[in-house]
Amino acid sequence: MRIQLYFFNSLCNSQLGKISTSLKSQFNVKKRMFKYFSFSSIFKIIENLIKFINSIFFIILIIGLTFALIISPQDYLQGETVRIMYIHVPSAWIALGCYSAIFFLSILNFIFKIKNFFIISKSIAPIGLFFTCLAVVTGSIWGKPTWGTWWAWDARLTSMIILIIFYVSYILSIKLIKNDSLKSKISTSLIVIGAINIPIIKFSVDWWNTLHQPSSITITGTNTIHTSMIIPLVLMLLVFLIYCALIFLMKYKTEIIRIKKKNLTNYD
Amino acid sequence: MLTKKVKNRIIFLSLVIFSILIISITLFKILEKNLLYFLTPTEISNIQDTKLNKVYRIGGMVKKDSIKASKDEIKFIVTDFKNEILVSYSGSIPNLFAEGKGVVVEGELKDKKYVIAKKILAKHDENYMPPELKDIMKDVK
Repeated sequence: MRIQLYFFNSLCNSQLGKISTSLKSQFNVKKRMFKYFSFSSIFKIIENLIKFINSIFFIILIIGLTFALIISPQDYLQGETVRIMYIHVPSAWIALGCYSAIFFLSILNFIFKIKNFFIISKSIAPIGLFFTCLAVVTGSIWGKPTWGTWWAWDARLTSMIILIIFYVSYILSIKLIKNDSLKSKISTSLIVIGAINIPIIKFSVDWWNTLHQPSSITITGTNTIHTSMIIPLVLMLLVFLIYCALIFLMKYKTEIIRIKKKNLTNYD
Repeated sequence: MLTKKVKNRIIFLSLVIFSILIISITLFKILEKNLLYFLTPTEISNIQDTKLNKVYRIGGMVKKDSIKASKDEIKFIVTDFKNEILVSYSGSIPNLFAEGKGVVVEGELKDKKYVIAKKILAKHDENYMPPELKDIMKDVK
């Protein structure tokens, strides 16, 4: 609303040309802002979204945790250990999803040279890394009582470690390389090489003998998880997605501020 | 609509992705054997030059009514419903180890039908359900 008003205001000002001195100075400020209008409007939307997410996040978190920790039943075999799944599975999904998002954005950035996509993928990367580590750690904690070992070098677990390595190298390439064009080239090539790992992680349990069990939820719709356990799983996925969105927006905001500051100092 | 530069970049990128795919597929074809975490009893019996006393990981189901536990040793049969291997083991057992459940055994092969295990891992399957439901299913059976 405020953005529209501001837009209308500045339009009127420029057309009528009847500007008082007090308005004039204001208009100058606005004109300077107008140069970054796209970023400014994004900025406002981000701020509002962050406020909105902050207002609903804890409610959904509490609902999700209640379902995951209290309402959902024990497993017939694992007992209470099954509750680790409600963190493990959504975080693994998000880890893969983040990587795929970075992959597509990097490709689009490479082809069409849209700087904004690079900034978005840069903001997604730490989230993906965090959730990959979370999936590995919770899986390890689950593995000790279930399998009898913390770690096994089977195909699924090893490919997850490789995913962590690719995330870390991607983030490091962005942080350490100062030259902009070189940075985008190297980070894109890292992401493209690592993308082959994504289908391997997904299908490793079907292609090879692994200690890790095959996926219980398939796209074709045959679930081997009881409905009373799917509900908390979906709720926790929702919680994690909202958390991701929050972290992403904050990071993205910081990146925009950084760019604006850089531009301002350049122009001054 | 697309400029020549953009077209060139698309061609370059698809070539790169294609070559990465080819390389990785050949690599995985070569490495296929090493990627298996365990062998099934059938695969063990199919190996031509079984090296005895070599450590293998063997996975399958624990055969029903095959667990014989004595004081410091447990014996059971791992099966993939085609071939069977007798396992003897002394040590701690994971909680989920039970008859009719998946298991991965790591140990020295004494001959093609007998292995002395050093480590036992329970393999969980993809089924998750509450205990009440399991009881109902048992009653139906």
